[in-house]
Amino acid sequence: MIHDRFVTGHGGRKIPIPYQPVDQVGAEERAAFFTKRSIKKESKLDALYAIISMIDLTTLEGADTPGRVRQMCAKAKFPVPSGIDHDFSKHPKARAVPSVAAVCVYPSMVPHAAKALQGTAIHIASVATAFPAGQLPLEIKLADVRAAVSYGADEIDMVINRGAFLSGDYQTVFDEIIQIKEACGDAHLKVILETGELLTYDRVQFASHLAMLAGADFIKTSTGKVTPAATLPVTLVMLNAIKDYYQSTGVRVGMKPAGGIRDSKMAIQYLCMVNEVLGPEWLTPDLFRFGASSLLNDVLKQIYKQVTGRYYYDKIFSID
Amino acid sequence: MSGINLSGAHIAKTTKLFINGEFPRTESGRSYPVKTKDGDILTHLCQASRKDLRNAVAAAQSAQAGWAKKTAYNRAQILYRMAEMLEGRMQEFVANRMLVQGLSNEQASAEVNGAIDALVYYAGFADKYSQVMASVNPVSGPFHNFTTPEPVGLVAMLYDQPFDFSTFMGMIASVICSGNTLVVVFDEPGATLLSEIGEVFKTSDLPAGVVNLLSGHVDELTSHMALHMEIQSILLASTDETRRGDIKEMAVENMKRVVPWDFAQKDLAPIVAFTEAKTIWHPVGL
Repeated sequence: MIHDRFVTGHGGRKIPIPYQPVDQVGAEERAAFFTKRSIKKESKLDALYAIISMIDLTTLEGADTPGRVRQMCAKAKFPVPSGIDHDFSKHPKARAVPSVAAVCVYPSMVPHAAKALQGTAIHIASVATAFPAGQLPLEIKLADVRAAVSYGADEIDMVINRGAFLSGDYQTVFDEIIQIKEACGDAHLKVILETGELLTYDRVQFASHLAMLAGADFIKTSTGKVTPAATLPVTLVMLNAIKDYYQSTGVRVGMKPAGGIRDSKMAIQYLCMVNEVLGPEWLTPDLFRFGASSLLNDVLKQIYKQVTGRYYYDKIFSID
Repeated sequence: MSGINLSGAHIAKTTKLFINGEFPRTESGRSYPVKTKDGDILTHLCQASRKDLRNAVAAAQSAQAGWAKKTAYNRAQILYRMAEMLEGRMQEFVANRMLVQGLSNEQASAEVNGAIDALVYYAGFADKYSQVMASVNPVSGPFHNFTTPEPVGLVAMLYDQPFDFSTFMGMIASVICSGNTLVVVFDEPGATLLSEIGEVFKTSDLPAGVVNLLSGHVDELTSHMALHMEIQSILLASTDETRRGDIKEMAVENMKRVVPWDFAQKDLAPIVAFTEAKTIWHPVGL
């Protein structure tokens, strides 16, 4: 690790941001290795149930309505469609399907989600800080965060200031994260790097360390509004950064790949990767999440297939 | 019969599947050799797996609405085009039938001509069956009452009876002419023609996914086909009594219509079998 880049922290303390060049070919090759495994039968079923409990069920559209958010919250609580519930649960192999980890909505939708999820353990995550571009003055970003928290969000997904980051002004990025972390209060902070705009693995690694040193509870790949969103190699680079950070500080930072993870097969590949890079203690909703919307339907479909041995109507799983 | 054979240099290659208008290898990577009557290896066929069936069903499912929505005239044109494309490649089909099953030139030509005729026949029916089957029903009240045929949707065809090319094409044509989409599972000897049949479909403006062809062991795929909830109907071209019974039993789950191929070939019956009657009440204007 190289320690020649610094930011200034509290009280003028100089904090080195560690980095080292990422072997691009190696990272891609290692990530591709996870796509070649075959996880079947019982292990697959275990993975599928685990995936559901790690999903941040997301809707981030201009067309979001309170009704749509309520509908998504209902699905977050009881993922199995009522049309197949009795057929499914009577099966000897079926286990109770867990609820998802969290729902993820815009701040204006947080009150509706909070009302719909009252009395459940499902977290309410809200994107804030002028999501997805992050190109607004800091005061507005902070107000955005405070509003979301006051409405009942207990997790905040912020975007880093890519304009500052890409122009080399790491201090601004660092300071913003610190101030937003303060504005969060008790709410968990997930820092979105938007890796699709950072372009190189070196920058992804550097941004990961910057975010973790500034106090991120989770680092997250993407907003889902930029392609490429989450990819296996980018996630691998971030997981390795989390590992380095854990080894040097003892602090466990969570990981959230988001965007583009549409089917169970891909999700299982991510689980394998987390297990191999960080170990099984990271395989919990407290330290690993999927940001996804259509993934849940596919996982349910796969569970149904594994349990009953037959394919069901697509339509019954995809009422969103 | 894959490969170029102009100079006698036969380059063997695996016959692939036909799914969603493309020619993929089987997801499982499995293949098995097929021999000619004389015992020479003719080609290797893909042994389709459960997942290939799943993909084919997904393709047929997404193609169905668009295919049914095309005008009857357009479906007729496409079926007719299929007949033309088949006719243009007639020699290949005849040669295959002679080589694989030892038919005489006359027998093989008769089969292929029969297949062309069947396509033309159902092309003709595409814009006519509805007039024959539909009715205006007398009701006591100020209403018009119509009954019209609609396609059942996604049909799967399991073909394991002795292969006859003209019967086979007739089945395909009769199912799709009313707007159904089709997933076909068949084995050798017929499946040695899979590439050629797929190429005929592919070059006839037939939308991707309307007909999907899978070669493989029928046994292996039977239960997955019979239990799949997206399949609305099964065309059972099988002489195996046990298999027929098993399929009927498994098909109960989503009340699939299981239609054994016991009708006469050239008739309205196969079209009737894969359509459903829809009745509409319409108030009479004063």
